Amino acid sequence: MKRLRLVRRNNESWLVKVAVPILSILLAILVGWIFLVLSGYDAAETYRRMIQGAFGSPYAISETIVKAIPLALTGLAVSVAFRMKLWNIGAEGQLYMGAFAAAGVVMFLGDWPSWLLLSVMLAAGFAAGAIWGLIPGALRAFWNVNETITTLLLNYVAIFWVSYLVFGPWKDPNAMGFPLAPRFPQAAYLPVIPGSRVHIGILVAVAVAVLLYIVMKYTRWGYEVRVTGESPEAARYAGMNVVRNILLVMLVSGGIAGMTGMIEVSGITHRLQQDISASYGYTGIIIAWLARLNPFTVLLVAFLFGALLVGGFGVQTYGIPYAIVLMLQGAVLFFLLAGDIMLKYRLTITRED
Amino acid sequence: MDLNSIVALLAVAIVAGTPLLFAAVGEVMAERSGILNLGVEGMMLVGAVTGFIVTVTTENHWLGILAAAAGGAVLAAIHAFICITLKGNQVVSGLALTIFGTGTASFLGKNYVGLPLTNRFNPIDIPVLGDIPVLGPILFRHDAMVYLSIVLALALWYIMFRTSWGLSIRAVGENPAAADAVGISVSRVRYLAVIVGGMMAGLGGAYLSLAYAPTWQESITAGRGWIAVALVIFALWNPLRAILGSYLFGGVEALTFRIQTAGFQISPFFLSMLPYLFTILVLVIVTIRLRQEAGVPAALGFPYDREER
Repeated sequence: MKRLRLVRRNNESWLVKVAVPILSILLAILVGWIFLVLSGYDAAETYRRMIQGAFGSPYAISETIVKAIPLALTGLAVSVAFRMKLWNIGAEGQLYMGAFAAAGVVMFLGDWPSWLLLSVMLAAGFAAGAIWGLIPGALRAFWNVNETITTLLLNYVAIFWVSYLVFGPWKDPNAMGFPLAPRFPQAAYLPVIPGSRVHIGILVAVAVAVLLYIVMKYTRWGYEVRVTGESPEAARYAGMNVVRNILLVMLVSGGIAGMTGMIEVSGITHRLQQDISASYGYTGIIIAWLARLNPFTVLLVAFLFGALLVGGFGVQTYGIPYAIVLMLQGAVLFFLLAGDIMLKYRLTITRED
Repeated sequence: MDLNSIVALLAVAIVAGTPLLFAAVGEVMAERSGILNLGVEGMMLVGAVTGFIVTVTTENHWLGILAAAAGGAVLAAIHAFICITLKGNQVVSGLALTIFGTGTASFLGKNYVGLPLTNRFNPIDIPVLGDIPVLGPILFRHDAMVYLSIVLALALWYIMFRTSWGLSIRAVGENPAAADAVGISVSRVRYLAVIVGGMMAGLGGAYLSLAYAPTWQESITAGRGWIAVALVIFALWNPLRAILGSYLFGGVEALTFRIQTAGFQISPFFLSMLPYLFTILVLVIVTIRLRQEAGVPAALGFPYDREER
C-alpha cells in the first residue's frame, strides 16, 4: 500500500522559499476568482480592470508607486519587530501618531525653510511613532505584557486622538465644516516628480531598506535581534540584554511607522485628516511576511500590493466592493502559511507492506 | 447618581458585555486546547453579517444565529487546518483570519448596510423575576441571547472542568505529548475546541447585529474581538471569570454612554478611547500579578509534532 507522508527536511529549500509566496499569490487570485463568480460578477473583467487600473498608463503606475511607498515603510517597520518575534501590529497607530507630530511641527514652525522644516517633521514623526511603539515595548520588556494585544488596542487610541484634533482644536475654520486640519504651507510639502504624485518618500523607503539590511546583516545588534528571534533562551544564555533589545526594536519599528505617517501627510494629503492611511499598518504585516522579512523583497512586494490597492479602488466604479482587496490579502497570507509547511517537511510516497 | 440610573447602568453593562462574553468564552476553549486564535475580530464580523443576512431573508432570528455560528465555525476551521494540520504560525494565521474575515464580511454585507431589522432579539420581561426591585431590571429583562450567553458560558465551564472530555482539552493544551501517549487524539481535540471557539465568536458578532445595534455596518465590532482576546487573560482561562470580566468591560462601555448623555464637557473621542485604554490597563495589572503561571496553558501557541517529542 502506498501512503503520502510528511518527512522532516534537514535543511530549508530555497526553491520552496521562493515558490511558496508566488504560488500563494496565484492561489489567492484563484480564490478571489471563485468568490467573484459565486457572487455573480465577471471575474475575468474584474481582474482585467484591476490590472488596467494599476499598470495601464504612466499615471496608473505612478499611483501604484504612491501607494507602494507607505506600504513598503510599514512593511519594513513591522519586519524589524517580527525578526525578534515581537508582534507589533500597531504600525497603523504609530503611523497616525507620526502624522500628528509632523502636523504639529508645521503648526509651530511653518515659516522655517523647507529643508529644515521637512527634516524636523521627519524627526518628529519618527519620535512620535517610536514613543507609541515603546509603550507596548516597555510593557513587554519589563512585565511581559502581551504586545500583540496592546499594540493593536493602541491603534484605536491613536486614531481617536487624530479624530479629536481634526474635529476639535485643530479643525480648519475654512474647511467648510469638514474635519480637516489646516492645509500645510508649500514649504512642508515633500518634493514630487513633476506631473505625478510620486514624492521623495520613495527614496526614504529605499534608504530605510538598505539601512535595515546592513544593520541586520553586519552589526552585532542585528545579530542579537536575529538570535533572540530564533531562540530567546539561547540569547539569554549568551548574555544578550533581551530587555534592551526589545525596547530598541520597538523604538525602531514604531519610529519607521511614524515616519510613514509624516510622509503621507507631507507628501499626499498636505494636512492632518482622518483617513491618512488605507490600513497601511495592517497590510504591512502581510507584506513583511510575504517578503520573508527581507528588506529588499519588502520593497518588491509593496509594489505588488500598491497595485492591488490601486486596482481595488479602480474596480469600485465597476461595482466591486473594495473589500475584495482585504479578502485577497487575507487569502495570500493563508496560502503562504499553509505552504510554509513545505519548508520544514517534504512530501514523500512510502510503501507499506 | 441615583439608584435608578445605577440600575440602568448595570443593565446596560450586561448587554454591552454579552458580545464579549460569547467571544471570550469561545477563545478560552480554543486556548485551553493550546491554540491561540487572534482572528476573533474577523470571526465576529463574519458572524454578525451572516446572522444579519439570514435573519433579514428568512425573518427568523433563530436561524440567523445558527448561520452566525456556522460562519464563525468555517473561519475557525481554516485557522485550525493551518495551525493544527499544517503546523503554521498561530499569530500570523490569526491576523490573516481577521483581515480575511473583515474583507469577507463587508463583501457579503455590501447590500445590507444599515437595513432595518424586523426580527430582532427583543428584551423579554420575565414574569415575577422581572418584578423584583433592583435585581429585576438589572438581570431579568434582557433578550434571549443574553441568557444564552450565560448558559453557554456555564456549560463550557462544566465541560472543561467537570468532564473527561474537558480533561482531554486541558491535557492537550498543557502537555500534548503526554495526552498523545495516553491515546487522546491531539488534532481532533484541538480542531473541536477551535471550531467551537469560532461558533461562539460568530454568536458574539450576531449579538451585535441582531440585538445590540441592531443592524449591519462594516465596523460594527469596533475592536471587540481584540478586547475579548485580552479578556481571556483577565479571566485566567476560566469561563466563569469571563462572565465577570465581560460585564466589567461592558460596564466601561455603558459608563461612556452614561457620561455622554449626562452632558459632561468631554470630547466623545476621549470617551471612545476609554474601553481600549481600560483593556490595556487591566491587561498590565493582570499580567504583573499573574507572573505567567496560574491558568496559562503550557502548550499555548505551539504546534504539536509527534516526531519532536
